[in-house]
Amino acid sequence: MAFLQSAVTRAGFFTGKKGRLPYLLLLPGMLWLFTFFILPIINLAGTSTQTPVVGGDTGQYVQTFRFANYVDAFNAARPQFARSFIYATLATLLALAISYPLAYAIAFRSGRFKNILLVLVVAPFFTSFLLRTVAWKQILGEEGFVVPTLRAMHIIGPQTTLTASALAVVTGMTYNFLPFMTLPLYASLERIDPRTLEASNDLYANGITTFRKVTFPLSMPGVVAGTLLTFIPAAGDYVNAAILGNPNTTMIGNVIDSRFFRIVDYPTAASLSFMLMAAILILVTIYIRRSGTDELV
Amino acid sequence: MSTIPIPTLPVSKRISRWFGRNLIRIYAVLGFTYLFIPVIYTIAFSFNNSGKSNLVWRGFTFNNWMNPCGAPDVCSALGNSLKIGLIATTVATILGTLIAFAIGRHRFRGRATTNLLIFLPMATPEVVLGSSLLAMFLAFRINPGFWPTVAAHVMFCISFVVVTVKARIASLDPRLEQAAMDLYANERETFRRVTLPLVMPGIAGAALLAFSLSFDDFIITNFNSGTMNTFPKFVYTSAARGIPAQANVIGSSMFLIALVIVVAGQLVNRKKAR
Repeated sequence: MAFLQSAVTRAGFFTGKKGRLPYLLLLPGMLWLFTFFILPIINLAGTSTQTPVVGGDTGQYVQTFRFANYVDAFNAARPQFARSFIYATLATLLALAISYPLAYAIAFRSGRFKNILLVLVVAPFFTSFLLRTVAWKQILGEEGFVVPTLRAMHIIGPQTTLTASALAVVTGMTYNFLPFMTLPLYASLERIDPRTLEASNDLYANGITTFRKVTFPLSMPGVVAGTLLTFIPAAGDYVNAAILGNPNTTMIGNVIDSRFFRIVDYPTAASLSFMLMAAILILVTIYIRRSGTDELV
Repeated sequence: MSTIPIPTLPVSKRISRWFGRNLIRIYAVLGFTYLFIPVIYTIAFSFNNSGKSNLVWRGFTFNNWMNPCGAPDVCSALGNSLKIGLIATTVATILGTLIAFAIGRHRFRGRATTNLLIFLPMATPEVVLGSSLLAMFLAFRINPGFWPTVAAHVMFCISFVVVTVKARIASLDPRLEQAAMDLYANERETFRRVTLPLVMPGIAGAALLAFSLSFDDFIITNFNSGTMNTFPKFVYTSAARGIPAQANVIGSSMFLIALVIVVAGQLVNRKKAR
């Protein structure tokens, strides 16, 4: 097989004729990405060092290469930066804890219901992201059924509320990004040959040892992909914080949004965006290197 | 008569053993319950005789389903979302599939750079994608609105299309194409009759994914759509006052339609597999 494939590849049958064809295939898509992704990022870098026009209107800025914008922006938004990374980390860990057994059950214990369960695990996310978040707000809110029940059972006091809190924000993020965790986990667990688990069992490993030494390491690509796909959108999210949080739970996304729209402070919004992107890219690179799964995408 | 006493475990041990054996199943049931609570809530409250605010249960009615455009703006917002979703999905699926074939079927200089450029938009938070695009549109004096939003949606959908289609191409059995060539099909015929039909399910899946990403997007849309309303924007702005039951009707129908498409796709696959 391998010999055949390499022979065919060398013959150039399936690799196409050398030359222009691959570039022609790439051109339109790459042009689009360049225009609407790379150019804006370059432009953003320019905006981040601008300063207001002296005596100009709000929203008028001129390029002065003031790199101190970054320091100012960071100092002004330090708590929101910290919160973004703490909340996103918590939500990622919670999503991992919830998804792993679920993905495991579907991959190994569902028998002929596997496909149905797989559809069911994605199905909730066919309803709109915002509707789901609003639904949680109402379920956990004063008019919902959870708070009165918990109060009647004296689990929470009569003054305690569940919404408008850090807890609600983290819960909302955990819920909303769950399929990004479950699907990669399932994909990597599904690929595990059950015979490797049997072999481990034959060699007198108990269930826990088998999981620790065989199942979990083999599912590592799924864990890495899932945690990244959850952490990245969670760190930049501001919808959960806006709907389920309070003024003390704002995240970096809320700051960028309000700097842009309410205060029309483009340089600060730009430098914050840049720092957020840089921080995430650095974290992602370190994470992928350390977990040893370079072949991710 | 003497019977050999069967050693029985104490009840507590039996219960704990049952739990030990079924732990993963119990957990799965709890997990699915958690997943479906907001969905059941959304569907239930689409039948609420709610009046203005849809916060408290006021009795069962079909009125919202009979009159899904009853609330102001909800259907125009939905229409915009559908239009953006369809255009963006078509463009992103074509561009993404071309890239996926280039990466999956060709060796060329700059492959690593291409892969990086595909990965980067997925690793960039939406708030950065959205704000940087708006800043550029403003710099070029382009007003945010329908087409800027479409351009943005195509941009963030391309990467997901590439990844999905690429995975499908990689999973193809090369012997099928070799067989076609052995049967004197030329490259073009092989592609049209063998390769493309085999990759088609991947392309269809990618298109579905792109549409749902586009339809559901709020953050990037909110930056680039100006005063144009979309369904997620409608829900976001009315969340403070309580969203009308018609929004639940639309959310519930999207859920049911998507479910039908996915189940139908599964059934078609199963038939083909036979």
